[in-house]
Amino acid sequence: MRVERDRFSGLQQVLHWLMAIMVLAMLFIGVSMVSTLKPHFLTLISIHKPLGISILVLAVLRLGVRMALGAPPLPADLPRTQAMAAKLSHVVLYALLIAMPLIGWGMLSAGGYPIVLYGSFHLPEYLPHNDELHSILRTTHTVLAYVFFATILLHVAAALFHALIRRDGVFRAMAGIGPREAVTIGR
Amino acid sequence: MSHDENLARHAALSPFAVAGRLAVIGGVLFISALAFAYAGGWLTPDRLTPTRMVAALSDRGGNPLGHRRNHSKGICFTGVFDANGAASQYSVAPMLVAGCYPVIGRFAIAVGNPDAADIMGRVKSMAVRIVSPDGQEWRSGMNNSPVFVVSNPRDFYELTLAQDIDPATGKPDPRAVKRFFATHPASAPFAEWSQTAPWTASWADQPYNSLDAFRFIGAGGATHLVRWSMEPTLSPTPVPHAALASMGTDFLEHDLVSRLANGTLTWRLVVTFAEPGDPSNDATKAWPSDRKRVDVGTLSVQKAEAEADGPCRDFNYDPTILPTGIAVSDDPLLAARSAAYARSFDLRTAEVADYPYTPRPAADRP
Repeated sequence: MRVERDRFSGLQQVLHWLMAIMVLAMLFIGVSMVSTLKPHFLTLISIHKPLGISILVLAVLRLGVRMALGAPPLPADLPRTQAMAAKLSHVVLYALLIAMPLIGWGMLSAGGYPIVLYGSFHLPEYLPHNDELHSILRTTHTVLAYVFFATILLHVAAALFHALIRRDGVFRAMAGIGPREAVTIGR
Repeated sequence: MSHDENLARHAALSPFAVAGRLAVIGGVLFISALAFAYAGGWLTPDRLTPTRMVAALSDRGGNPLGHRRNHSKGICFTGVFDANGAASQYSVAPMLVAGCYPVIGRFAIAVGNPDAADIMGRVKSMAVRIVSPDGQEWRSGMNNSPVFVVSNPRDFYELTLAQDIDPATGKPDPRAVKRFFATHPASAPFAEWSQTAPWTASWADQPYNSLDAFRFIGAGGATHLVRWSMEPTLSPTPVPHAALASMGTDFLEHDLVSRLANGTLTWRLVVTFAEPGDPSNDATKAWPSDRKRVDVGTLSVQKAEAEADGPCRDFNYDPTILPTGIAVSDDPLLAARSAAYARSFDLRTAEVADYPYTPRPAADRP
């Protein structure tokens, strides 16, 4: 028997919850702005771009922290399929956190748009100005946004399942609430 | 907590408690999905979305696939903007500092059919993209009418529907547009211009007006409500309307190319400053003619190129793409234009097969 850290580090928890708010805001802003002609369209899109790049920066930072610090192990009695689903969903979420801003940035590059973040500060185009490329990235950006939201719903469902039904410490590992005790894992 | 304790805690939940908690989880997911669907407009089918607006614009005759869904017939141009520096005291925009800046632009007519006879376009337009050395852009789409036809996107949608092809006849209902103007008195100034302004057979002799209001922001942060116009340096040559129909499908394009073969065409960029009380949010209303007007530079149009392979083809002339020193006003048309232009751009960049680039012979390639 060995005793391991039962929680994500404070830094990981802060990054997780901060980014949770940012990403949800991002998805709601995105789906709202593409469906309106009203003046808030301009406000939403002016938030969408810098917020997306902020998520990209934080996601890279977070991936580095995750690789350095790791994650608390899942409960030993978690069925193998659930454990695999958990790992896979985390990979998908990390991939989307990094891919979505890059695709958005690339799509604006390929569309010949200036990529203005704030005032005169703008990012360089990292892809050539090209219709087909714009079209592929534009479609991908939309499709992955729905995939992202669906994955987050699954993630929330799984987290609540751990918190309310299994009550196995998995939710507490990220929520940072509950008694700070070591969980005995492994056999 | 040991594994056995963990199991014991599981066992402590009655089947009813488990069902209740699962219901809570389901409820959280359902409400989240519902909120997302609401944000995306799926629960409010009456919402005027860019998709609906552009679908209406796409149904005014001809085959617009691959083309802009409005101002569909046009030609590219390149040139330069020479700023004289007179605007620098009102705006920190880098391309208003005295100097010369490259321009990629487009002349067009405000119709939905890319194969329309350009000479018959009542509303002619000029779009420009002016780039400063630090990479900032000023994009502007301007019309030759002194005012816009409507003040808000909902009215524009209704007017567009009135121009749509009636599937029963294959033509638009001629009474629908009349009915629109009869029931929308705010559109009267545009209608009066449309009925009385002389027709001309050139893009070169027309003024092009921003119509929407914008804000100039100066170095100290002071803002000025403005509209701008490209004023032609040629005087207009009126042509009787009856003579236009026989002039050919691409008359304006040929006219532009032949004029440019003889030299550069120029426009003066004139900025008009509002006085208190002048409307910032209603493009159907002209500002009084005695407002301060400042000549801020000269646009020189040097070369025209067919759109299919021209440099303007793949730019979206979204009028909200602005440099520092110029900002949108509260005019509701601006956001609507930005959102609808983006939708049109997304569609046409996905339809390259419908509007192919002209294959160039190998010998032509650099």
